[in-house]
Amino acid sequence: MNAKKVVTIILFYLLMAYPLYAGAVVSEPVDSGGTMLDSLVVTAAPNQSTIAGQQLSGKELDRLSALNVADAVRYFSGAQIKDYGGVGGVKTVDVRSMGSNHIGVFYDGIALGNAQNGQIDLGRYSLDNVEQISLYNGQKSELFATAKDLASAGALYIRTRRPRFSGGKPFNMHVSLRGGSFGLINPSVRLEYRFSESLSGSLSAEYTNADGRYRFRYRRVYPDGSTAWDTTAVRQNGDVEALRVEAALFGRITDGSYMVKGYFFDSDRGIPGAIVNNVWKNSQRQWDRNLFVQGNLRRRLGDRNEMMVNFKYARDYLHYLNPDTTLMYTDNEFWQTEVYASVADMVEILPDWHANLAVDYQLNTLSSTLAGFADPTRHTLMAALSSNYTIGTLSMQGNAGTTTIFDRSWSPRRGDNHRTLYRRSRTAFVAGLFINWQPLRDYAGLRVRGFAKRTFRMPTFNDLYYTDMGNASLNPEYATQYDIGLSQRWDFTSTIWRWLELRLDGYHNRVSDKIIAVPKGNSQYRWMMMNIGKVRIWGLDFNAEASAEPAAGLEIGGKLAYTWQRAMDYTDPADCLDVAGTYKGQIAYIPEHSGAFTAFANWRRWELNYSFIYVGERWHNSSNIPENYEQPWYTHDMTLSYTLPLRRCTLRFTGELNNLLNQQYEVILNYPMPGRNWRLGVSLTL
Amino acid sequence: MQKIKTTAIYRTVPLLFAAACLIMQSCRHDVMVDFPGGQKPGGAEPDPSVPDAPIGFYLLNQGNMGMNKASIDYYDYTTGEYTRNIYTQANPDAVMALGDVGNQIVIHSDRLWAIINCSNKVEVMQASDCRRIGQTDIPNCRYMAFDGDYAYISSYAGPVIIDDDYDQLGYVAKINTTTLREEARCIVRFQPDGIAVSGGRLYVANSGGYRPNNYEKTLSVIDISTFTVEKEVELGINLNQVVADADGKIWVSSRGDYYDVEPHLYCYDPASDRIAASFDIDASSMWLSGGTLYTVGNSFSYDTMTSTPMFSRIDTSAMTVEQSHWEGAEEFGQIKAPYCIAVDPVRGDIYITDAGNYVNPGYLYAFAADGSYKWRQRTGDVPASIAFLYPEDAD
Repeated sequence: MNAKKVVTIILFYLLMAYPLYAGAVVSEPVDSGGTMLDSLVVTAAPNQSTIAGQQLSGKELDRLSALNVADAVRYFSGAQIKDYGGVGGVKTVDVRSMGSNHIGVFYDGIALGNAQNGQIDLGRYSLDNVEQISLYNGQKSELFATAKDLASAGALYIRTRRPRFSGGKPFNMHVSLRGGSFGLINPSVRLEYRFSESLSGSLSAEYTNADGRYRFRYRRVYPDGSTAWDTTAVRQNGDVEALRVEAALFGRITDGSYMVKGYFFDSDRGIPGAIVNNVWKNSQRQWDRNLFVQGNLRRRLGDRNEMMVNFKYARDYLHYLNPDTTLMYTDNEFWQTEVYASVADMVEILPDWHANLAVDYQLNTLSSTLAGFADPTRHTLMAALSSNYTIGTLSMQGNAGTTTIFDRSWSPRRGDNHRTLYRRSRTAFVAGLFINWQPLRDYAGLRVRGFAKRTFRMPTFNDLYYTDMGNASLNPEYATQYDIGLSQRWDFTSTIWRWLELRLDGYHNRVSDKIIAVPKGNSQYRWMMMNIGKVRIWGLDFNAEASAEPAAGLEIGGKLAYTWQRAMDYTDPADCLDVAGTYKGQIAYIPEHSGAFTAFANWRRWELNYSFIYVGERWHNSSNIPENYEQPWYTHDMTLSYTLPLRRCTLRFTGELNNLLNQQYEVILNYPMPGRNWRLGVSLTL
Repeated sequence: MQKIKTTAIYRTVPLLFAAACLIMQSCRHDVMVDFPGGQKPGGAEPDPSVPDAPIGFYLLNQGNMGMNKASIDYYDYTTGEYTRNIYTQANPDAVMALGDVGNQIVIHSDRLWAIINCSNKVEVMQASDCRRIGQTDIPNCRYMAFDGDYAYISSYAGPVIIDDDYDQLGYVAKINTTTLREEARCIVRFQPDGIAVSGGRLYVANSGGYRPNNYEKTLSVIDISTFTVEKEVELGINLNQVVADADGKIWVSSRGDYYDVEPHLYCYDPASDRIAASFDIDASSMWLSGGTLYTVGNSFSYDTMTSTPMFSRIDTSAMTVEQSHWEGAEEFGQIKAPYCIAVDPVRGDIYITDAGNYVNPGYLYAFAADGSYKWRQRTGDVPASIAFLYPEDAD
């Protein structure tokens, strides 16, 4: 790319950013609700998203048998977790079958990044310090947002606990210890301190150690039902040891608030690998060290203008070792750096009309001990303009944005040691429209909502530059979504029912220029990434939630999430000659039916929770033939807890029994999941 | 308010019930051993009555790494039926089935040998019915050749050299075909692949495939009587397959480096110890029948970002290319990734497998000797190797 083009692009973004500094301010404060503001507020501000997301928070999260974020996300409709099993196995989320690279994961409002492969392992984010998890289709349609908030096809927000002080006490402490199956030992501590009226802080630390061993069983039968073979083994090399330390400061300033947080994670784990004939154990290992510091500042500028600044610095280290002498010996280290800054400014144009402009910049670098590594550097510039407008009972939000990436990388080093520096830029646009309408003026319970959105995901460093396999000429991969839904909520007084809510959404998504690996020449082990995949998805999400109080002191409730999806492979129209053809076949690992059901009962100091997860039949390949068939799986989990208030503190005892019926199942072919397992925990809150 | 309460119940309960029903409908069941049964490919006719001709052939499907989907199919000339996954039908009690990544299948005196690369084993079966006899464990085993009562199998997993790159030499294992025990090892160069027997010697193609910045260039020549390396012959980088012809010449294919160095086919003449001929041919799979060497390949171009299927026929005594591209039926053009070639030595039929996109089930194409199309059949994932079954091996 020539210098002139670079200058043009930069000028364009500066122009986009110009109104931020022009100070054309005509507004009144808008409560932005959001993720960062309410640091010292006792209750969360109302959610101002045009279309509400699915949420799990507070007590609900405590009740679930969930150790990490991935365990909790299974209860959302439309979400599929790819789980390689065990405490240490990788767990990623795919929403509405568009692929996990299309889902943004935000930790306290700022995106978690992995420029190397785009993969965010949700299994690493413990629920110990989390107070709310929300999943939004399309985007969190809150107006006051960064450009990055709008840049993905779906977004998962993880919100850590905010310090809350009651009764004039300036100090909170929470200590817990959990242990159980897989040799799990999991102590944690959280301290919260109020320095002054306008400043408080928290410190959270957690240690996890597990040997990751569990029994698994494979069995095959003859057509008459008698056993052909039946084998039981112990999962090996699934051990994990991890330490997480997090510290945060929450402050208030005149007309605004800020938050600064530091996060450190260090882990050492075995990679248990696939179980295949004659191979029952693998020896690959991985070490990770992640460090980030991030901050957020919000401030009102005048009556009708509010500004937000976000920043992040992250440094990630990954060490992968394959010491297995029957395979290629591999010992690689990778270092990633990310620098991120965002400025957003929201103005009120008219009382019912607001606009927000955000400009983000991000720098990513990746280096490695791999010989002849591309050492890529990426500058990302993003800008987004969004606006919402309310007329009567109809509220709308529209946004448009653009992203440009400038990549710099080195060609592979070969014989003569000569390397060439490549530069390349890519630009893509996003646009979305979200509406929420209350059709009956006097009846606020019924809502109609819908959205249309076009987004993209940029190719990752691995897609572009991975030795041999990368393809530096890749384009962005696009996702287009259409969604229409209804929600109905009834609130009751003086009956045993307290409330009931039903939500139904139908959607159609199209993924084009999907980046997939295709074979290169005549060898199975030589692949190249190409923009050739096409997927069309038709889906239905249904949610029901109810709560009742059948007797004094007894509270019961339940939640049901159901998803139907036809996610069809449209990549190769010629491959339709027989049943083994892939054209219009259901894509890999997407079940047609899936769902979750949870029910709870609280009685005095006791809490009982039951959850059921169901994932229907799948195929591990878009050729939907019996050889590629994957069984449905479903697990029943129970949690019982007892809270004991003492004079100055509270003790809580928890017992969990997961996979009650000891189902032997797999989420991914040849990665057996744990059978029945248990956890016991005790916590002390001061 | 009582009315609202009952309405709400009436609305919720059937809904929950309906959802529960839907869920319970698709439950788990015991997984059956795979018995796909035989089928007749369109256009295939029974052809039992050719004297001394094969009565069938086995086809080994590779399956992708970590999928444990290596499988064996069988085509029966006497019925014209193709049976997928005959291995699990013959051995329903084999725990975790055949294994992970099948590399090569060969019939040697009544026995069917299959190298299962990522299961680190060689599976030995009866040639007549694919019933399992036993296995011999060889880590990262690649290809095999037979001489007398011994099988010689190349492996990447030899002794480790502790240096900067932590290199690991390969070896050839000498396996007693009766006891299935390893009796000796002969260390060769890095990542040995194809292997062939000729004139009391083993010829082993060293690839160096784990060392892309420093590929191997040599063919190791092993004296079978002493089982030691006699010499190393320098041919070209990243050697792949080896075939010995009736005159004792050794045909060796080179993969090139996938960038600047193109694939080649070399003819090494041990009598004169020189390279007798060299061709710019991608011969990823080779088959010798009569005096003709048939090859297929699939060369990738970084200019067009596409792969081009290639086919050649070489006269091994004249050392000339008789045919440099496919001149038969247009169905050849439907092959996306030719992966393996085999020729029925009596009938002259040419079999070419198509690995497709290497993820989904592939195809087997049957052409007559004149190149006309006969039939095609879906195989397992990545059809990789074919072995003909003769009447004398099927008793």
